[in-house]
Order: sequence, then C-alpha cells, then structure tokens
Amino acid sequence: MSIHEEVDMLRRIPLFGQIEPAKLKLIAFTSERVAFDAGTTLFHQGDAANAAYIIVEGKAEVVVEGPGGPVTVAVLGANEFFGEMGILGDVPRTATIVAQSRLVTLRISKDLFLRLIKEFPAMAVSMLRVMASRLEATNRQLRTEHAELERLRSQSA
Amino acid sequence: MKELSFTARLRTPRTDEATAAAAQTPPPRSGGIPHSLRGFIWLYSWRQQVGVLFLILISQPFLYYSLDLPKTIINIITKWQPHDFDIGVATFHLNHLNYLWVLCGLYLLLVLINGAFKYVINVYKGRMGERMLRRLRYELYVRLLRFPIGHFKKVSPGEIIPMITSEVEPLGGFIGDFFALPAFQGGTLLTIVLFLFIQDPVLGLAAISLYPIQGYVIPKLQRKVNQLGKARVRTVRRVADRVSETTYGVAEIHANDSARYQLTSFASLLGVIYEIRYEIYQRKFFVKFLNNTLNALTPFFFFSIGGYLVIRGQLSAGALVAVLSAYKDLAGPWKELLDYYQNFQDTKIKYEQVVEQFRPEHMLDEKLMLEEPPVIPHIKGEFALSGVTLVEEDHARVVDGVSATIPLDRSVAIVGAGGSGKHELALLLARLLMPTAGRIGINGSDLSTLPIAVVGRRIGYAGATPYLFTQSLGENLLAAIKQRPLRDPQYEPLRAKTRAIQLREARLAGNIAYDIEADWIDYEAAGVKDRQKLTERVVEVLHRVDLDQDVYLLGLRGRLDPKKRADAAAALLQGRKAFRERLAAEGLAHLVEPFDADRYNTNATLAENLLFGMPIGPAFDTAELSTNTYVLAVLNQVGLTEQLVEGGIQVARTMVEIFADGGASEEFVEQFSFISAEELPVYQTLLGRLGKAGAPTLAREDRARLLALPFRLVVARHRLGLIDEALQARIVEARKVFAASLPPVLAGSIEFLAEDRYNSVATIQDNLLFGRLAYGEANAETRLAAVIAEVIDALDLRATVIEAGLDFNVGPGGSRLSQAQRQKLVIARALLKRPDVMIVDEATSAIDGPAQAKLIQGIKQELEGRGLIWSLHRAVLARQFKEAFVMRDGRLVEQGAVTDLDRPDKELGKLIASE
Repeated sequence: MSIHEEVDMLRRIPLFGQIEPAKLKLIAFTSERVAFDAGTTLFHQGDAANAAYIIVEGKAEVVVEGPGGPVTVAVLGANEFFGEMGILGDVPRTATIVAQSRLVTLRISKDLFLRLIKEFPAMAVSMLRVMASRLEATNRQLRTEHAELERLRSQSA
Repeated sequence: MKELSFTARLRTPRTDEATAAAAQTPPPRSGGIPHSLRGFIWLYSWRQQVGVLFLILISQPFLYYSLDLPKTIINIITKWQPHDFDIGVATFHLNHLNYLWVLCGLYLLLVLINGAFKYVINVYKGRMGERMLRRLRYELYVRLLRFPIGHFKKVSPGEIIPMITSEVEPLGGFIGDFFALPAFQGGTLLTIVLFLFIQDPVLGLAAISLYPIQGYVIPKLQRKVNQLGKARVRTVRRVADRVSETTYGVAEIHANDSARYQLTSFASLLGVIYEIRYEIYQRKFFVKFLNNTLNALTPFFFFSIGGYLVIRGQLSAGALVAVLSAYKDLAGPWKELLDYYQNFQDTKIKYEQVVEQFRPEHMLDEKLMLEEPPVIPHIKGEFALSGVTLVEEDHARVVDGVSATIPLDRSVAIVGAGGSGKHELALLLARLLMPTAGRIGINGSDLSTLPIAVVGRRIGYAGATPYLFTQSLGENLLAAIKQRPLRDPQYEPLRAKTRAIQLREARLAGNIAYDIEADWIDYEAAGVKDRQKLTERVVEVLHRVDLDQDVYLLGLRGRLDPKKRADAAAALLQGRKAFRERLAAEGLAHLVEPFDADRYNTNATLAENLLFGMPIGPAFDTAELSTNTYVLAVLNQVGLTEQLVEGGIQVARTMVEIFADGGASEEFVEQFSFISAEELPVYQTLLGRLGKAGAPTLAREDRARLLALPFRLVVARHRLGLIDEALQARIVEARKVFAASLPPVLAGSIEFLAEDRYNSVATIQDNLLFGRLAYGEANAETRLAAVIAEVIDALDLRATVIEAGLDFNVGPGGSRLSQAQRQKLVIARALLKRPDVMIVDEATSAIDGPAQAKLIQGIKQELEGRGLIWSLHRAVLARQFKEAFVMRDGRLVEQGAVTDLDRPDKELGKLIASE
C-alpha cells in the first residue's frame, strides 16, 4: 500500500475528513505501519498511552476488565481510529486491545500526534469537532440507557 | 634456547615449557634519571659523544685541505712551472692541463668526502639523540608506573601527558650537539683568536676585549629568560590540564551553563602564556641585539688601534687586512656558541622541569615491580595484621592501628560506613597501598616485601570504579594472565631479522626488550592447557559473573573471520538454514524477508538491493554511492539512470510538499523527514532550477543529489510507491551487471551476499538472518531474538558467539560498556587467574539488588575453599558471608562470625538496621 492509498484511507476517517490533503500526506508519511498477528495484544488496560492507531485492515477487539473478568465491549474494523483519548487526556489506557485477526495499523506516536496538533491548529480544531460529536453520541446513548434503566426500575417496582 | 622454543611450537603450548627467549632475559634495571641534563647525557651517551668528537676530528684535515686546494688551483692556472712529481716510488711528468685535471679531480673527491663525513656525523648524532630521547621517555614511563597510587590524586593526566610527549621532544635534537658543537665551534674560535694573537698581540687583545663583558652580561640576562621559560612550561601544562578536564567534564559545563566562565578562564590562561612568551622574545632578542652590537663594536678597535699602528709603521697594512678578515670568520662560531648556550639553557629547563615531576616520594621499588621470582609461591593461611595504619597526606589516619587475623579459606566481609576505612583496608590487603605503620604478614613474610609478580598473580582485586583499557573486551579479560612473553612468535626469516634489530635497538635505548607479538598468555594460570580450553573457561567465568548474556548479545552484533574460524563459519551457515526452518515452523517466516539473488528485497534500501553485498572500506560507502563512477556506469548500462533521477525528483517534490510548503518546524522535519532540515532548502531551490527544462540539463552534482534520494528508499517503509515491481526487476538486473562487470580493482571493496557463503563483513546475527527484518511487524526483534537463541543453543554455537563478543572494543576507559558491565568484567578478569585470595572492593555497587546477591553467590562458589574478602557497600549483604570485620573511623570495632554479629546489640546489626 502506498502513501497515496493511505491518504485516501485517512480521508475516509471522520477525524481526518476535514484536514487538507497535504497534511494527510504528512500524517501518512510520518506515521508508522505496524502489523500484529492474530491474538497479539496491542496494549493493556492501565498501560501508559504512547500511541494512537488507525486500522488499515483486520479487526481488533476492545476488552474491558470488569468485576466479573474481561468483557469484549466492541470490535473495531478498517478505517477506525482508537487510542487518541489516552494521549490527549494523558490518562492510562481505558481498555485492552487485542488483534482478532491479522491486524495492520498505522501507528501515530504520542509525540507525533501532539506535535501535529501543535503545528497545525486547523487539524486540532477538526479533531475537536469529531471528538465533540463522539461525546455527544455517547451522551445521547447515556440518556437512552438511563431512560431505559428508569423504565425497567418502575416496571419492577 | 632456540631448540626449546622450536619444540614448544610443535607441541601444544604449555606453560611449564615457557620458553620464550625474550622472557629469559630480565627487563633492564633502569639506571635512573639524573637531576641535571648534563648528568643524564654524560651517564648514557658519553661513549657516543666521544665518538662524534672523534669523527669530527678526523674529518678536519679533509675540510682544511678542501679549503686550501682552491688557492693551489688558482695558482697553477695563473703561474705554471713545469716540473716532475716525485711521490716516492715513481716520478710523474704532467703537463699544464693534465695537472689542472688532477687537481680538479682531487677537489671533487674532497667535496664528496666532506659531504660523506657530514652525512655520517649527522646520522650518528641523530641516532644518538633519538636513542636518548627514547630512553628518557621510557624511564619517565617506568617512573609513572612506580608512582604511589595516592600520587595520582595529585597529578592529572593532562599535566603528565605533555611531559612525556611534547616537552622532552626537543631533547633529541639537542643531545646530538651537546658536546660536538661547543667543542668544534669553540676549537675554531680558539684557532682564529690564536691566529689574531700571532698577527699582533694588541689586535688579538682588541678582538676579544668585549668577550668578558658579553660573558658577564649575557648569562645574567639569560637567567631571567630561564625563569620565564620555567613559568611558560608550567602554564602550558595548566592549559593541557584544562583541555583534558574539559573533555571529561563537558557535560557538567553545559549542565551548569558555565561555558562563558570556562572560556574566560581559558582565555586568561592563554593571556598569561602570551605575556610570558612575549617577554621571552623581548629578552632573547635583546641578548641578540647586545651581542650583535658588541660584535660590530670590535672592528672599531681594529680601525683605531690597527690604523694607529700601521701609520706609526709598527704593523703592515696587509696584516691589518688579514686580521680584519679573520675577525669576520670569528663571528660565525661565536654566534653558533651563543645560540648553543641559549638552546642549552632552554633544554635544560625543560629537562629539569619534567624530571622534577617524576620524583614523588615513596615510589614503588622497581625491583618489586619487575622482578620475576623463579617460583611464584601460593598465598595461604591468613593475613596477620598488626597495628596496620595508613596516614594520608593531610595527617588523617584513615586506617588506624588495625590488628586482626583474616582467614583465607572462607568468605569474609568488611563492613562500615563510607569513610570508615573499609575501602583503604581492602587496598592495603591487595597491596595497592602500603601501610604507613604496622605490618601485614602472609606466609610468614611481610606483604609489602613481596614482588608484584606474587601479589598480582595470587591476589585478585576488583574495585568499584574499574578502568578498562581501550581494547577488546577479551584483551581486557586476558590482561590478568599476560605477565610476560611465554612463547616466541613465529616469524618468517626476513621478519625475524627486522624484529631482532628492533629488539636490539630497544635494548640499546635501555628499554624493555620483550616481544609484544609473542604469546603472553599464561594458560596454566587460568588452569587450562590451550587456547580452545581457555575460551571455554572464559565463557564459564563470564557466566559466573552473569556477564555471558551481555557478551553473547555483543557477539551477535560482532564479526567473525571465516578464514581464521572456518569451523565456526560453517556451523553458522548451518545455523542460517536451521534458523529459516525454525522460523517457518513457528509461523514467523513473515518477520524476515530473506536475501535472494533474483528478488528485490523490499525491506532493504535501493542501494543495498543494487550492491547486494557488504561494502568494505569507503569505495562503496552508501552515503557517497550516487557519485561513484562505477555505480553510475552500471546504471547507464542498464538504462536506469534517468528513471532514478526522475524518482529522485518525485521524492524531493513530495518531501518539499509535505515538510517545506506545509510550514513544518525545523524540529519536526529533523525528526520525521527523509531529507534533513538542512538539506531541504537545497532541494527546494534545486527543484526550482529544474523548471521545465528537465533533469538531463542539470549539473552533475545536482543529478547526484537527486539520485541519492531513491538510493535511500526502503519500499516497505517509505511507501512512496516509487519503486514498483517493474523497477524492482530492473534493479535486480542492474545488480547482476554490477557483480558481473566489477573491475578487479574494486573486487576488494565489496563482499557479495551468497546464500551458501558466510559473509565476513556482516555481523553474526545478519549472517544467521540472511535477510532483513520485515518492517512494521510488532515486536519482531524480540520474537526473532528468541528464535536466534534457540538455534544458537541447538547448534551449540553459544561459545562461538560469546567469543566473537570478546572482540568488542570497550571504548576509551570502557565507556561503551555500562558501569555494571565494567564491574562484572573486572571481577571476571580477577577470577580468570584463579587467585588464592580475591579482594572485592565495593565492586558490585552499580549492579541492582537481586543480580547482586546472585553474583555474590556465583563468586563464592567459584572461590570455594580459597580466600574471599569483600568490602561491602551495603552492610546487609554481609549476611551472605561467614565472617565480618566492622570498621569505624579507621578502627576495627568488631569481628567474628556473621551469625554472632547480626544482632541488634552488635555493631553489624546496628549498621544493617540503619540502612
């Protein structure tokens, strides 16, 4: 896969959708392509965050350590972006990521990610926009879940 | 002797047959260095000095005759009296012309003889001077080795180095002239003066009338110059010291932003030197001025007194002219003598200034240092200390009246706080310090009287801040068993002759005349019988100190010479195959892209793909490849040049687009770009220059610059999509042309990769891999390292790899190893010689906790039944020892079995509790 294809791929990711092509080329060139064999753990919940990933091909499981053992909460596929929260918030990983199949990723190191944001504020703004809408979606889901919970409670009562 | 060494060569070398001829002659006892330069020269070169004088003397008649002959020739040209020549046995008759030819021939002969004399005398003087210089430097170095260890706290290498190197250098040139010049020039001077006196005593007196003044004034002036000279030498030493300090402490300077202060202080030192030198010049030239003036004054007497005498008729005008011309000849020798005097004073100061620094008190006895007793006794029983005291220069009693018996058959710990004297006690027991008072008894004698030959071979010592020499790790290890040459090297006859001359020359200069190329390794000391067993033993010792894994890793990155180690190279080739199979079996084949002569390797650079071999030397250095004429010729031949230059343009465009046009900061470019921030603008303007005209119109260096870019591309990594499969195939084609038409001159500049051949330029690991790590595979290196280790162990190649690791150069002072590695290495070195007593002086301080406990266990096992005395940096470690000696303020406050002392009410217990 050449850098041009990677740029096309990046453009399809909402987080990068608003960024001009030259910058996408920069991201594609400066990021690292890393492949993982099926079953490999990319990082563990609680690890220090040092990179964000974009899935080029393959699937990855998002596993959260719950009180009753590990629970798979989501499966990520091609073009999906993960790991940016840990970098931006400077918090430990909130979940474990395991390669479900052979997984090819673009790895953007924390250093590069922060530098991109610092050097190209336009990029930061579009990222903020995407993250805000993600948050909004989460909130919306929380509201529905909350309503559902209330409904169930009133039923049982 | 010759017979013996020959048989030794035939058999497996064994130390009981130690037979090196050189080792039989003990090193010379140095005659010492006299305080004065005159004494030094006289002591060591009086014979040669007399020789020079003699040569000069016998050359004089020829010189005189060659000066006289022109007069005769002129005379026979102008006035010719035909006559017969009677030479005793026959009578010749020569005509005018023939006689001229004979005389001219004679003149030519004399010129040649004089030239030859001059040449021989100069060479003789030069050789004498150089030998003396060599002797002086050697003697100074001997003394350096004999300095008491404490003295090195007071002198810095920056001061010592110039003394042995540059400061004594002028001596060589001067020593040759030491006697000859004053004798010769003085003789000439006297002759001329005598001539003047014979012509007329009054005029003779006039000629030398000013000499007493000069003889009085000039040394007076010179004395001040001498003092300045001394000051100059001292200041230059301070400069040298400052420079060497800066090289060590540059990190501190920047860490504290003290560059300005350092520069200022350096500048003021230079200022001091400037002032001294300037004053020296002024005074020196004043001496010259005075001298010239006085010399020019003398003719005044000739004109006045001589003129008066001629007019009064008491002297002929001819005699006055003769006197004047003779006086002119006087100036030459007089000037030479004066220069000699100044030179002598200068050299004398340098000599005295240097020698003075090499006379510290309490120097180690030379006999103790170099004596080789016929039998090296073992050290057994116990160290019996009675009132052992060590007083430092500031009168601090760092070890104060220690009396104890330290057994040498079990593990003993010396414990105490920092500054308690435990470190010094360890140094005293290792005989690296001598007690100021008291006595350490061993084997019924005084430890301080034992030659180093005994102490250094029977006592092992490892200190906390070990120093390694800038050589290979293995050589550093073997230093413990290389005390003297044991087996003569095998030379071809011609080389043997040169070596013999070199050794003879060493002896003539009073140097030690051992052969550095002999085999110095004392296999018996290491308890083995030959080189191979020694390697096994080294691996074992490295394992004991937990250093084998480190050396193994260094070995993987090291090289192996298949010519010398054909067996190992063959085994590693086997390993290459086994590695490939193992990788496939574990499903890891995708981690390595193997080299294949017919395929392009997408994980290697384009340049590497083209060469398909390892460059040797600078000819095919990757950075310069795009300017290499042969490479360019090959590319032209397969018609790839234009395509690659175009590729270069594309790479440059992309990089400029991404990094330059995007306004990325320099820092960012430096970290991520393919082209450095410095080069980026160069390429930017280059692209501008390119315009519409296209690549072919570009200047040669611009094309090389562009060509360099695709050369650095790795397909798998850079993903620029430039090197497609068609181009890859063309490059494989070019690769074949490159190999096939490589001119013989370049054959030695590259070793091609071949599946079935061990590559001597590549590292051991690369030879096993025979391919490139696939880019972007997570944890590829760790996973491969495990497979490599498996293969190495399966083929029993671990020792071979460790052996290659022994060739690793440790860097200046061992700087390429970590402090922990250095400490382990020094312990391993001491263990290798199987000491009777091992003294470890806080030598594991840089090693972390658990590893440290393991290391102590390993060393204890190794030394089972022998002495182990360990000065501990942490008291708690004493629990691993049988006995403990507790030091406080230089005194021994407690001793006994550790089990008895490890209680809250005991000193040891308190020390452990306080940690």
